[in-house]
Amino acid sequence: MSHDHHTPPRPDNDEPLTYWQTMEIAVRELLIEKGVTTPHEIATAIDQMDARSPADGARVIAHAWTDPDFKARLLADASAACREMGFDIGPMHLIALENRPGLHNIVVCTLCSCYPRYLIGPPPDWYKSRAYRSRTVREPRAVLAEFGVTLPQGTEIRVHDSTAEMRYIVLPERPTGTEGMDKVALAKLVTRDSMIGTGLPRQPG
Amino acid sequence: MTSRVRVRNWHPPGHIRTPAYLRGKTGTIERKLGPFPNPEQLDYGLPAKNLALYRVRFTMRDIWGTAAEAPDDTLEAEIYAHWLEPAD
Repeated sequence: MSHDHHTPPRPDNDEPLTYWQTMEIAVRELLIEKGVTTPHEIATAIDQMDARSPADGARVIAHAWTDPDFKARLLADASAACREMGFDIGPMHLIALENRPGLHNIVVCTLCSCYPRYLIGPPPDWYKSRAYRSRTVREPRAVLAEFGVTLPQGTEIRVHDSTAEMRYIVLPERPTGTEGMDKVALAKLVTRDSMIGTGLPRQPG
Repeated sequence: MTSRVRVRNWHPPGHIRTPAYLRGKTGTIERKLGPFPNPEQLDYGLPAKNLALYRVRFTMRDIWGTAAEAPDDTLEAEIYAHWLEPAD
């Protein structure tokens, strides 16, 4: 077998700009021309957004797993709790949703792609797909099954549609067998999908 | 606002944050949030009135009737005050 294989290249985007792409370029160039913003400022904002990652959310979850007082503050006001840990979450209004025996939470935005990106970075592509957005409110159990999530009999599924101002993060249940693990080790068990509700935390070991 | 509320079955054009699948459906207020400026005005650069925002909990039975995948599962969404009417 040859070793010079390569993945197929992504097709060039030679097609004409869409209406909204043209609109974005026009508005951006006008804002720059009028001195409202600069290309450097735009690039910096993109860098800052890209620097956020699920690892940040995982630290919040692991802290809540190990500190009951912090967990209470997180459930009362998740924005304040994240800021208390030093995270710059911009203007985001965040609500934490606690999974517990008998209740599993899952987050979707049927209207667009609202997501707690100021804490855990940009959403995965599937989160923005019409299939995920429409099916999660209609058949969440079928969606969870496709993600490989099986829950004990009798568990209520609660879907959260991010329709307006709030953003949502799931506080998954701490896996059993993790007694004595420290926050750094616990955070490694927290996946992006477990904070969306389409997954469960990794098992230790 | 009573705790049982119905989402108004309006179908106006424009930037609306009330999803179509919840219009006309009845649920229970989970908590009150806000106030936040009305996005139906804000998004057009108009002076926007501050409105209460409610998290409303529905059962899947409330939303999908007998076609629900699991009727006792629940769904919560944020609905602005002017889209809600008492259902009691």
